[in-house]
Amino acid sequence: MTALSQPIDMLEPIEDRGGAAQPLLQVTGLTKHFPVRGGLFAARKTVRAVDNVSFSILKGETVGIVGESGCGKSTTARLLMHLMSRDAGDIIYDGMQVGRALSLRELRRGMQMVFQDSYASLNPRLTIEESIAFGPKVHGMRDAAARALARELLGKVGLRPENFANRYPHEISGGQRQRVNIARALALSPRLVILDEAVSALDKSVEAQVLNLLSDLKREFGLTYLFISHDLNVVRYISDRVLVMYLGEVVELGPVDSVWDAPAHPYTKALLAAMPSSDPDRRTETPPITGDPPNPIDPPPGCRFHTRCPFAEPLCAKAAPKLTSLATPGHQAACYMAIPESGHSRAPAKPETD
Amino acid sequence: MTVSPTSAITDAALQAAPMTKARGYWLTVGRRLLRDKVSMACAAVLFLIFLSALVAPWLGLADPYQGSMIRRLKHIGTVGYPLGTDELGRDMLARLVYGGRLSLLIGILPVILAFGIGTLLGLIAGYVGGKINTAIMRTVDVFYAFPSVLLAIAISGALGAGIVNSIVSLTIVFVPQITRVAESVTTGVRNMDFVEAARASGAGPFTIMRVHMLGNVLGPIFVYATGLISVSMILAAGLSFLGLGTKPPEPEWGLMLNTLRTAIYVNPWVAALPGAMIFAVSICFNLLSDGLRSAMDIRN
Repeated sequence: MTALSQPIDMLEPIEDRGGAAQPLLQVTGLTKHFPVRGGLFAARKTVRAVDNVSFSILKGETVGIVGESGCGKSTTARLLMHLMSRDAGDIIYDGMQVGRALSLRELRRGMQMVFQDSYASLNPRLTIEESIAFGPKVHGMRDAAARALARELLGKVGLRPENFANRYPHEISGGQRQRVNIARALALSPRLVILDEAVSALDKSVEAQVLNLLSDLKREFGLTYLFISHDLNVVRYISDRVLVMYLGEVVELGPVDSVWDAPAHPYTKALLAAMPSSDPDRRTETPPITGDPPNPIDPPPGCRFHTRCPFAEPLCAKAAPKLTSLATPGHQAACYMAIPESGHSRAPAKPETD
Repeated sequence: MTVSPTSAITDAALQAAPMTKARGYWLTVGRRLLRDKVSMACAAVLFLIFLSALVAPWLGLADPYQGSMIRRLKHIGTVGYPLGTDELGRDMLARLVYGGRLSLLIGILPVILAFGIGTLLGLIAGYVGGKINTAIMRTVDVFYAFPSVLLAIAISGALGAGIVNSIVSLTIVFVPQITRVAESVTTGVRNMDFVEAARASGAGPFTIMRVHMLGNVLGPIFVYATGLISVSMILAAGLSFLGLGTKPPEPEWGLMLNTLRTAIYVNPWVAALPGAMIFAVSICFNLLSDGLRSAMDIRN
């Protein structure tokens, strides 16, 4: 391995202003609707990709987002990165409103992203070293210093710089490419890294290696992760808290153990039940939920899950339930069965007082 | 270095063999092209034709304008006239060599001009997108309504005969085609994740254009433009043939083909010579462009 003893000459990270109690990222009412063009005379429709999503990420934790394809996970990531304009909602980074107290350019350094497709996210015409050095150079680092930093970071992600720095993306494997993408994200000294299905395209053994690398880097650089995945095992392994999304909405959120042990929303229950078990005696015989998610162009009124929910009652189709706190601190779910005296036959009888 | 089986980092580091010296992309392409025999043969032929056209006055050839009524339509191989004489008794070898000057100019210059204009328009349309894309691309579509030969003839006819006018008209014919290719390549590259990643790192549009777009976009457009040179040569020859390009007595392959047409029953081999030159140059450019395309596809 590379003999690194001297500190790396990195970009200065965005300073910690709010202290440990201030969440690193606060998202409120995040909304993105895509207009869909119909025929010439058809009414204008919109896809509600992300609808009124609110959550916060504390400093130093890993928050997982799970949900099936098309539920708005990646759109959320792109909205947070400001790669796409949002229709409504506030994004506050360490107590600073983006665009006011914190410029977009500064935010880019404070927040970075690793994409799913390791090949498409590297420029095929640039060497690995050039790809990693690009970001620091944009932020005013000299070419030589940026290249030195790139080589140091290659070592940090487990790729010997003398072997890899001058290679092109097509010359290395998928796992190695994803390590390069991680190094590229780290080159701007971010405090928050969004991992959008970053390990989903890798095979299992490589995936495990990259997950361990992510844990090591988190400790070494004091990072905070937003980890987006459809793989529940991976999310449970890496996350402290988890957000479950369905059709652009957060249906449940809470500490990962609490959500796994006592899922409150029927969708979360179905997702967990759909996980393949390695025990042949506990194999899943019947599908936990049937049907496809409804078209997000035309989401059902009321609770968006009621069309597939086995416990749906007339009440569910009328108005959408709000996220409500449950017994475990920090655990919330948007389901009438979790809201005391909501009128649903399975709702808890009395508000719990503690 | 010791290999510890538990260390994922060590495993990954060992997977790659020590790296040979880094080579730039275009250097690699160049090497691959050098190994392609067909492309190299074509390049050699083109080089010879270009060189002879360039140094024509110093080759000791006969005067290409000097005719003689008694030496009309000599056969190929006649002493003193290795390639025979044309219908006015002018030396064919001299006229073919001198003809290359004009033919190559009006074959290649429109493509170079259209490459510049079309790439610029296509890059803007593809990168900016939205209304600007619609405005540029729908305007370009208007030109697609006409077959390119008809369009070239129409514009040349409107502007009047002459070398400059035929270059202008051919440029106008090629700009829409190159714009279309440039726009589609740019749109494809623009939606790649590495461009998103560059935006996410805070780079401005011009930096992204320069570092991330141009290198990936220029190659395919360049290959397409090389393929257009042969089309341009043939269209230019066609314009001259119709009397819309060069005017007699200028030596130019298309025009020579036209004037020798009447001699086709008397001396078919001599009459076919300018056509053979056009054919040779076109096919060489086409094969070279094919070779370039496969040399640039470095992944296999």
